[in-house]
Amino acid sequence: MEIFIQSLVSGLLIGGLYAIIGIGMTLIMGVLKIINLAHGQILMVAMYVTWVLWHYLGIDPYLSIFITIPVIFVFAEGLSKYLLNPLIEKESILPENQVLMTVGIGMVLVELARTIFSSDYRSVQTSYTDKALYIGNISLSFPLVIAFGIAIILTAGLFYLLSKTDLGRSIRATAQDKISASLMGVSSLKITILTYGLGSALDAAAGSLLLPVYYLYPDVGPLFTVKAFVITILGGLGSPLGAILGGIVLGVAETLGATYLSMGYRDAVGLVIFLLVLVFLPGGIKQLTKI
Amino acid sequence: MSSGLKSRSFQITKTEWYIIIAFILLPFVFDFSPYFQGLLIFVLIWVMLGSSWNLLAGYTGLVSFGHAAYFGIGAYAAALPYYHFHISPWWGLLTGGLVAVIFGYLLGIVVFRLRGPYFALGTLASAEILRLIFGEEDWLTNGHNGILYMTTWVSKYPYYFIGLILALGAVFSIKAIMNSKAGFYFLSIREDEDAAEALGINAKKYKNISTVISTFWAGIAGAFYMIYMGFIDPEVVFALHNISIITILVGIIGGVGTIWGPALGAAVMVIVQEMFRSAIFGLAPSWVSRMHSLVFGLLVIFVILYMAGGILGDWNLITKKLKFLKRNQGK
Repeated sequence: MEIFIQSLVSGLLIGGLYAIIGIGMTLIMGVLKIINLAHGQILMVAMYVTWVLWHYLGIDPYLSIFITIPVIFVFAEGLSKYLLNPLIEKESILPENQVLMTVGIGMVLVELARTIFSSDYRSVQTSYTDKALYIGNISLSFPLVIAFGIAIILTAGLFYLLSKTDLGRSIRATAQDKISASLMGVSSLKITILTYGLGSALDAAAGSLLLPVYYLYPDVGPLFTVKAFVITILGGLGSPLGAILGGIVLGVAETLGATYLSMGYRDAVGLVIFLLVLVFLPGGIKQLTKI
Repeated sequence: MSSGLKSRSFQITKTEWYIIIAFILLPFVFDFSPYFQGLLIFVLIWVMLGSSWNLLAGYTGLVSFGHAAYFGIGAYAAALPYYHFHISPWWGLLTGGLVAVIFGYLLGIVVFRLRGPYFALGTLASAEILRLIFGEEDWLTNGHNGILYMTTWVSKYPYYFIGLILALGAVFSIKAIMNSKAGFYFLSIREDEDAAEALGINAKKYKNISTVISTFWAGIAGAFYMIYMGFIDPEVVFALHNISIITILVGIIGGVGTIWGPALGAAVMVIVQEMFRSAIFGLAPSWVSRMHSLVFGLLVIFVILYMAGGILGDWNLITKKLKFLKRNQGK
């Protein structure tokens, strides 16, 4: 029983981080109507930025989110402005052209990282990396607890932005109905660029927060892309609240799978849930909660 | 419409004869080193995979992100009987395709309910699940240690010609079906599945037919890969990036929805990657060799941005632009 609660709690903590990755993805999916298959790769870029800041300048990984977020935000805006948006008017046989472009972007990012940093595993050692908090017999990894807290703050900030500000309303309007939104004076082109930046910025924050508890190598990107779309489909397309639940479900399912099946099936659990959800609950959690 | 539905007679055009003859003569005319022969064989494997993906995605509109699933199943269909019962992997050329078809059909029951991005993600996830299962179940597949087999011949010539026959088989069987009635049904499903059904086309049936042919060739490609390489492990044959994604990129570069597009894309992919892997034949500094995938990725981005139809798909456009440039230079 103790093992069960222990894995449940660890899953919940890592799920908080998955949630902000998922929210970023779901925002992009809601507004741009594409699966961003470069999502994990952007997270990887953020992790490398964090690593460089820590390794060469000695900046704490958690403090570096103040740098990675704006850097990745601008970087992603450039990507969507110069690579994704021009495709909207292009005639092509496959409607998935933008998705394929994100595949190309992801590939280039991974290979760029490999060229610059080689395939070596890297990690960040801070004074608190190995510390843990204890509640009874349940241990909580200290870096994960901090990361979880920051993730909550970021999520709250995003919900405030989406629900209370003018910009947030424009984003939600564009997600609901692009044409009507542009008739109401919302520049959908600007909003798509901004949303891609915003979604990627959340991703960047997750990257910085993950680094103290995770290894870093170029192929970590595709791994997180898969996780991100599993979360998004679990939660329901375009639903931030669903993405939070989806992230937590995935985190818990993975740790339970690792505890009770085998370590190797850790990543398979999420995918199986994903296929089941696709077939039996295509709307995701959103379909149940209607949010 | 009436003329469109009548199946046009299938014939091999003059250009295609030239291509076939060129490929048959290639190893005789140039005394290639085994290294180059190996490259040619890889091109042929990618021709099979790319063409198979193209039938499903480019012609039927089912953009699969998990073609590694069929490739890997085909490879393991050849390898597993050898590993357990010492049955020659050559039987895989028969069974690999069939097993992949059966598997593709079963998977189709699940993923054909999905459309657009959901379909793409469903196929991607299924290939990933297979990779993890084949990596974990040691008793069945020998896990990550993979399966090793002493290849039949040291010389690469026999492999080249067998691969050539298979690759041509893939390309021409797809050409034949695209010239038949079923081919037009595929196109109509790609353009608008609901409209196609409204016109009385059994979309599900024709999607299945398309899948059967596509998965067959992907499975054969996998089996041939096993026979030629003599070694497979789950990380190689079920690779998300190195198989599934590269298959898509091969199709896109050459031209989605064209018969010879994927073949051209395969050649371009192998040439570009090898050129940079060998650091432009040793002329460039060695750090260039690390950039082989990077350059290919940049090429993909360029093609998607400026040649949405791929090299063959936009061939007319490209030649027109070149002519235009030439004329302007003449002035």
